[in-house]
Amino acid sequence: MELTLLNVVIAVTIAIGFAALNAAYLVWAERRGAGRIQNRPGPNINGPLGLLQPPLDGIKLMAKQLIIPGGADKALFIAAPVLAMAPAIVSFVTLPFSDTIIAHNLNIGVLAIFAFASLGGISLLFAGWSSRNKYAVMSSVRAVSQAIAYEIPMLVTVITVVLITGTMNLMEIVEAQKGGIWNWYFFPFTSGLYNPLMTMSFLIFFICALAETNRAPFDLGEAESELVAGFHTEYGSMGFGLFFMGEYANIVIGSCLTTLLFLGGWDAPLPVLSFIPGVVWFLIKIYLIIATIIWIRWTFPRTTIYGLLNLSWKILIPLSLFNLLLTAGLLKVV
Amino acid sequence: MSNELVFSAIALLGIAFIVPLLMIVTGVLGPRVGGKAKNEAYESGIQHVIGLADQKFSVKFYLVAILFLIFDIEAVFMYPWAVALRELGWFGFIEMVVFMLLLLAGLIYILKKGVLNWR
Repeated sequence: MELTLLNVVIAVTIAIGFAALNAAYLVWAERRGAGRIQNRPGPNINGPLGLLQPPLDGIKLMAKQLIIPGGADKALFIAAPVLAMAPAIVSFVTLPFSDTIIAHNLNIGVLAIFAFASLGGISLLFAGWSSRNKYAVMSSVRAVSQAIAYEIPMLVTVITVVLITGTMNLMEIVEAQKGGIWNWYFFPFTSGLYNPLMTMSFLIFFICALAETNRAPFDLGEAESELVAGFHTEYGSMGFGLFFMGEYANIVIGSCLTTLLFLGGWDAPLPVLSFIPGVVWFLIKIYLIIATIIWIRWTFPRTTIYGLLNLSWKILIPLSLFNLLLTAGLLKVV
Repeated sequence: MSNELVFSAIALLGIAFIVPLLMIVTGVLGPRVGGKAKNEAYESGIQHVIGLADQKFSVKFYLVAILFLIFDIEAVFMYPWAVALRELGWFGFIEMVVFMLLLLAGLIYILKKGVLNWR
């Protein structure tokens, strides 16, 4: 793509638009889905099927007062929601949606997205600490320890994919999985190499993505039965709105990464079906994963903080290290 | 290369201005009403806050953070190795196996020490 100022502006606008639109309508989807699961209608008053609910919510949030509590650290308090939202949008710029739709193809795409994702932890800490509210402080300590605990198995698991493809470029990783569902990396027979643990790799990555985005059953950061509303207890109006949008943008990034790394990106499941454009397949895959994430949230109860940290440190990290060793060994032998 | 840097810089700057803009819009549109009770930290509706915000919390969280630093840096070290594994040959492989076994030994030591035994 020609690198002109206009192109950059268009790319950034599309990234922000996509993130905001997804955040808004995933909230709607989540509330409708929750209603369906809990045997109640969900939002259905504003517009057909309640489809006008998200923009109205946005306008309402914008027109509310941004209350900064008396004891709060003002600069950090205002910076935290911005830090929660901005890295998520930056990540969209480097995500490929098909072999032609990508704002900017980075050679270190995987690493860059993880770098941006780890900024989210800082925003949690800022939000909790600057609020000067005991619930917020407790919650931010929990949420940060959760975010960092699950970052390690996530990083280590992705190394198995990087090993097989030999590149950190997301486009090339998808290219390596071309040719139907049996070439995708969640399937054990990937690229002529029989690694029975690739499916486990996929599952570890998915669990970590759930935990990293603070989603139930791992939403210890905002366990409302214990901690009021967690680290964003003191946030109202757009401060809360940005945290909310950041969370949903992160869910979209998580499912995009799962799709790109393990589910073949924009590759059609059967070569016969490749007349359908890649971006359609990509969107189908990410929305299926998002639907699963929403389904999981309304199905499973919340875990404890101990159980959560133990799952990562005692099970997922040793498993992912073992998996990495096995994959490297297989690559060397085959 | 410099083109990439220019792109990243413009994208970052654009986003760095647009997201705070939402906060500014709220500040302009929203009402500005003060008050003693409004400025207090939230405490389930009662007027006087019980307990302090800068209370003590378990030192285990601190230990977990230290462990994270070790393992995270190690994981980032592995990325260039993973990209270059094919060229490195058996030597590179065995080096990394030794490194990872040391890390696993460290993890087992941590678990045996009871750093992650809560309550």
